[in-house]
Amino acid sequence: MSEALDILTSASLWAAVLRIATPLIFGVLGALLCERAGVLNLGIEGIMTAGAMVGWLAVYWGADLWTGLLLAVMAGMLAGLLHALLTVSLGLSQHVSGLGITLFASSLSYFLYRLWVDVGDLPPTITAFAPLDIPVLSDLPFVGEVLFSQMAPTYLALVCVAVVAWVLVRTPLGLALRMTGENPHAVEAQGLNPQALRIGAVVAGSGLMALGGAFLTMAAFNSFFPSLVQGRGWICIALVIFASWRPGKALLGALLFAFFDAFQLRLQTVVDGVPYQLFLMAPFVLSIVALVLVARRARVPEALMQPYRRGER
Amino acid sequence: MRFERRADVSVPALLVAPFAAILVSLALCAGLIVAAGVSPLTAYAEMLRGAYGSRLAVTETFTRATPLILTGLAAAVAFRARLWNIGGEGQLYMGALVTAGLGHSMTGGLPAPLAVALLMVASMAAGAALLAGPALLRLRFGVDEVVTTLLMNFIVILFVGLMVEGPLKDPMAFGWPQSVPVAAGLRLPDLVPRSRLHVGLLVALLAVAVVWVVQMRTVFGAEARAAGLNARAAAFAGVPLGRTLMLVACLSGGLAGLAGSIEVLGPTGYVTTTLSPGFGYAGIVVAMLAALHPVGVVGAAVFVATVFVGADAMSRATGVPSFIADVIMSVSLLAMLTALLFTTYRVRR
Repeated sequence: MSEALDILTSASLWAAVLRIATPLIFGVLGALLCERAGVLNLGIEGIMTAGAMVGWLAVYWGADLWTGLLLAVMAGMLAGLLHALLTVSLGLSQHVSGLGITLFASSLSYFLYRLWVDVGDLPPTITAFAPLDIPVLSDLPFVGEVLFSQMAPTYLALVCVAVVAWVLVRTPLGLALRMTGENPHAVEAQGLNPQALRIGAVVAGSGLMALGGAFLTMAAFNSFFPSLVQGRGWICIALVIFASWRPGKALLGALLFAFFDAFQLRLQTVVDGVPYQLFLMAPFVLSIVALVLVARRARVPEALMQPYRRGER
Repeated sequence: MRFERRADVSVPALLVAPFAAILVSLALCAGLIVAAGVSPLTAYAEMLRGAYGSRLAVTETFTRATPLILTGLAAAVAFRARLWNIGGEGQLYMGALVTAGLGHSMTGGLPAPLAVALLMVASMAAGAALLAGPALLRLRFGVDEVVTTLLMNFIVILFVGLMVEGPLKDPMAFGWPQSVPVAAGLRLPDLVPRSRLHVGLLVALLAVAVVWVVQMRTVFGAEARAAGLNARAAAFAGVPLGRTLMLVACLSGGLAGLAGSIEVLGPTGYVTTTLSPGFGYAGIVVAMLAALHPVGVVGAAVFVATVFVGADAMSRATGVPSFIADVIMSVSLLAMLTALLFTTYRVRR
């Protein structure tokens, strides 16, 4: 019991929470943006993989880290554009298209990685983002390590939460986006183009998802390998529901989730006799439990998963 | 350009769609093969040779198609009723685990065919139970089954890892994490001597026939199709939606569980965490390429198996990464989805 307490009071745990939450924050924000406009984006798992591959490869080929992130975002946006064309312009099944995008984006990433990168015994590595060293602040006891020694993309993720929340809630564009997710016919009646809004939301959201993937290969680890996203995308889809489609709650959900993950990782090292697979299962079991708890109360966007075709009801 | 709904689904378009989708996919992926510095014609010829060039290759392709027929059928049955079962992978593993666990100790006086049948039924029950959970959560709490079935896949594979490193670990496997083997007498006999092809293929084909009859000739089949076409109208017509959905879940999960059982009884004899190279996910592609028709599933499964077996051989011969198989499969899924649009809509300028 005292071991658990030691873990809970260690600064390294709380620093890890923010670090583990970062890809989830990007992913859940991206998925939320798509869904608020009425499009379920199950391409997330593959888009994160593509972001992880493209960002890593750019740096491996000599680009600097920020250019790598930018290219990852663009790769994600391209995949998002494909999903948007299929589900918004053509009005095809969002489930099947999303799964197709996931299979496509991840298999293409693996293919190109194998083609372009010489994988010897160990996957090659890059110099990843390093923790920031802010004068004075980083040296503060506890808070310094937890809040002021993170890697730069973590702060970017927090900024993105604020920006997405502000755009969705406070701007005319956000209002139009939310309305597109609730009642696209009303948007059309206002003289706006619901299809364009949806395409824009899916493209932007997919860019955010790709950032989450890029964080994995460019900050959390420093190499790319198949199946490294490990279901994080699916967990983000669950987190959006858990957050009831609100950016603030999404941040909270990602942090809560990351807390359990960081805690179980540390608990594994002190608890004997419990198979490690049980610890690894915890995040997935937790996601399902969270869904069951909130599903009844969740306010689903009215027009989620309903294709909009002009002149058709 | 705009789309206009056709009065009826165009049957010729439906028949042409999968072939068009596959051709489009092969044409697009030719670009990737060129990028790898190989002529696409050479590569595709090597793939065909790898999948059908010898007696062994042919049997290998059909061995690979066997679980795909069952996972494809599992996805098709569920998708028809708008039950989004993405958990075929997990259900397959659960079925495999049950067959290996029970099949190892099952030695008592039962005649082998009866014992094998019992193992298959037990695995189907396990797969069915695994999908019944998410289906129940959807009915009772409104939890989206896409997310739950996806998450279950990870949980089940970790559980398989736990079992094959723990209670079911094979002490004779030199420390490899694999399960105890099923009793030798319970392994499915070979269909072709000196190959891995086994009578499991016939079981899969039998399942296709059963599903086809159930869908076309029974009240439950009609109700399941109605629920998928328009749930509200079906409910109004007196279809018990909840019960129908649960039965569909049991059928779909059971088929995926059977796929796992047959993999263990047939080619492998034991379970590892790498038993399936994504048969469950590939099943979704198979189902879509078959336009969710049980008979079409057979052809689609053979196509996907051809691509995978062929790509392995082609990769060895030309150096094009074998991940090309996954790319071809995913692009044909997206192309098929697009092609299906033209079966229900026509384009007007």
